[in-house]
Amino acid sequence: MVSYILRRLLATIPVMGVVAVFVFFLLRLAPGDPAAIIAGDDATVTQIAAIRAKLGLDRPVLEQFGLWVLGMLQGDFGTSIFSNLPVSRLIAQRVEPTLALALSTLLVAVALAIPLGVLAAAKARRLTDRLVMLFAVMGFAMPVFLIGYVLIYVFADRLGWLPVQGYKPLSEGIGPWARHLVLPSLALGITYMALIARITRASMLEVLSQDYIRTANSKGLATGRVLLLHALKNAAVPIVTVIGIGIALLISGVVITETVFNIPGLGRLTVDAVLKRDYPIVQGLIIVFAGVKVLVNLMIDISYAFLDPRIRY
Amino acid sequence: MTQPANSQVNILEVQDLRTEFRTIDGVVRAVDGVSFSLKAGETLGLVGESGCGKSVTALSILRLIDPRAGRIAGGSIRFEGRELVGLDEAAMRGIRGHHISMIFQEPMTSLNPVLTIGTQIAENAARHLGLGKKAARGRALEMLDLVRIADARRRLDEYPHQLSGGMRQRVMIAIALACNPKVLIADEPTTALDVTIQAQILELLAEIRQRLGTAIILITHDLGVVAETCDRVIVMYAGRMVEAAPVAELFRVPRHPYTRGLMRAIPRLDLDAEGEGRRPRLTEIGGLVPSLIRDIPGCAFAPRCALAGDRCRSERPPMLDVGEGHRAACFEWAHGFEGARRDAGQAEGVR
Ligand SMILES: Nc1ncnc2c1ncn2[C@@H]1O[C@H](COP(=O)(O)OP(=O)(O)OP(=O)(O)O)[C@@H](O)[C@H]1O
Ligand SMILES: [Mg+2]
Repeated sequence: MVSYILRRLLATIPVMGVVAVFVFFLLRLAPGDPAAIIAGDDATVTQIAAIRAKLGLDRPVLEQFGLWVLGMLQGDFGTSIFSNLPVSRLIAQRVEPTLALALSTLLVAVALAIPLGVLAAAKARRLTDRLVMLFAVMGFAMPVFLIGYVLIYVFADRLGWLPVQGYKPLSEGIGPWARHLVLPSLALGITYMALIARITRASMLEVLSQDYIRTANSKGLATGRVLLLHALKNAAVPIVTVIGIGIALLISGVVITETVFNIPGLGRLTVDAVLKRDYPIVQGLIIVFAGVKVLVNLMIDISYAFLDPRIRY
Repeated sequence: MTQPANSQVNILEVQDLRTEFRTIDGVVRAVDGVSFSLKAGETLGLVGESGCGKSVTALSILRLIDPRAGRIAGGSIRFEGRELVGLDEAAMRGIRGHHISMIFQEPMTSLNPVLTIGTQIAENAARHLGLGKKAARGRALEMLDLVRIADARRRLDEYPHQLSGGMRQRVMIAIALACNPKVLIADEPTTALDVTIQAQILELLAEIRQRLGTAIILITHDLGVVAETCDRVIVMYAGRMVEAAPVAELFRVPRHPYTRGLMRAIPRLDLDAEGEGRRPRLTEIGGLVPSLIRDIPGCAFAPRCALAGDRCRSERPPMLDVGEGHRAACFEWAHGFEGARRDAGQAEGVR
């Protein structure tokens, strides 16, 4: 098992390499010269050239790439063109809110969606099932920002139960921190819940028609044990896969949610950097997001081996 | 030990059982008026062609008919005098796997692929016998020994995919017997296995019956198996019972024309068995099994029966006493016996 995990970990290196190549050259091909943008509209050619030199944009492309990768391996993601601060520090400052939002969303979504999906499958074609599926379709059809504004209107503006926007760091107390996370997590999580609930239901329905479920019932086991042990464990692989895909969706959702709820996280940093063409930040963020996705993917692959004894590793 | 002292007590009594399924084409009468009783320690065979309602009868007894697909439309199932039809689900779950157990036709798919053998046996004992984790595991080990699985301690922690078909069926038997049930329903327990393994499993069942005194309902389409293992036999056709008799009596004087058709099919079965390692279904009688959706006013077998008269087609024959503990649903049973001799002669001539 350990060697399997190590092997899978090593296999992520080429993937990250390809991501790095793409990020680097794609941004180089994008229109607009960052040096000219920084210098401003009425800069002279020499001013622009000086900025180029400072950013290293005058060197051969391959050399630029090599230096960039080498720097990242040492934790140096370059320097922001505008603020002159290290990208790694800018990212680190914004990690907490995003991580808090992503994890609370994940937790809420998974904790609600799986029971809902199991319930829907157990009551297939009955009222409970139809209600859950109605919710799933609606949750899936509504864009995150719309859900966000509706939630803000109802629970913050009208009822005043929760703060309208913003973020409070965990260091300022768990209460305010949690209160600020409820609405954004719900807004971001509903789509995600809908997705997981649907897959859980479909996967469970498939499993519930299997012979071994009939066997479990013929043993007189309690319904809960049949559903949650005998069925859910067999249904788990597609569910876990979708949770993983959901994490990828979550990352794009985070950008929108942070904007709607005015949360100073990585999403906002991304938007700002893209609008300003602050290439070093954009590059750094893409690499971080890609790294997270690759890691999640790895964890999912490893979880398969725990969920299904037939999977060889 | 031979038969237990209370062998005359009916442990299970099924009266006029009717089970139907709702389908888009109409209501399927899968089981239509089946009645029988099972004595403690007895082995009762249930035979008939594919689709005649054997499995549905078994699932009805355990009340495992999916309520979304079908229901028990009538009749009574009494286990130790207690009515199971209409019994609430919680009470039923206390009986399933505890007093009445079932093993299924497909050992390859009937075990849960992601749970260990040990868990799957032990959970039965834990649930019904109130054993703790450790005691239940001990019970699982005992059961693996009982069904003669070598190296039981290691097998406890293995998963079904690590076992052969024959071993899986042994594990199924171990699960079914974990709580010492009074009734074991074995639904074609050997059909999916190759011939040598079939014999071993049947031997195991016979031995268990000897040692534990478990009453067994053995569902099969193989009359050879019936002859070797059963005390009494029920023959089913199109959801209905057509004949019931002690085994020796049935083979000596089969009264129902359908039963005789089945018996003619035996040698052919043995021939085919070599080719596939699996015995083919009983479809040797000319004509088609009637649709179970249409209401059949007379005898269900009449369209395929050489002896059928007008009465057979218009009136449903009741189970008539035709011998010692021998009943058949046939108006023509007396002629039938002569006919049987004639048929046997013809069959010889053909070969
Ligand atoms: N869920 C269901 N929905 C509709 N019809 C069903 C259902 N289950 C069984 N039936 C019908 O009930 C009849 C009896 O089926 P059953 O499985 O009891 O046959 P069987 O005698 O066990 O046959 P086999 O030897 O093939 O196992 C068949 O005609 C079948 O089509
Ligand atoms: Mg069957």
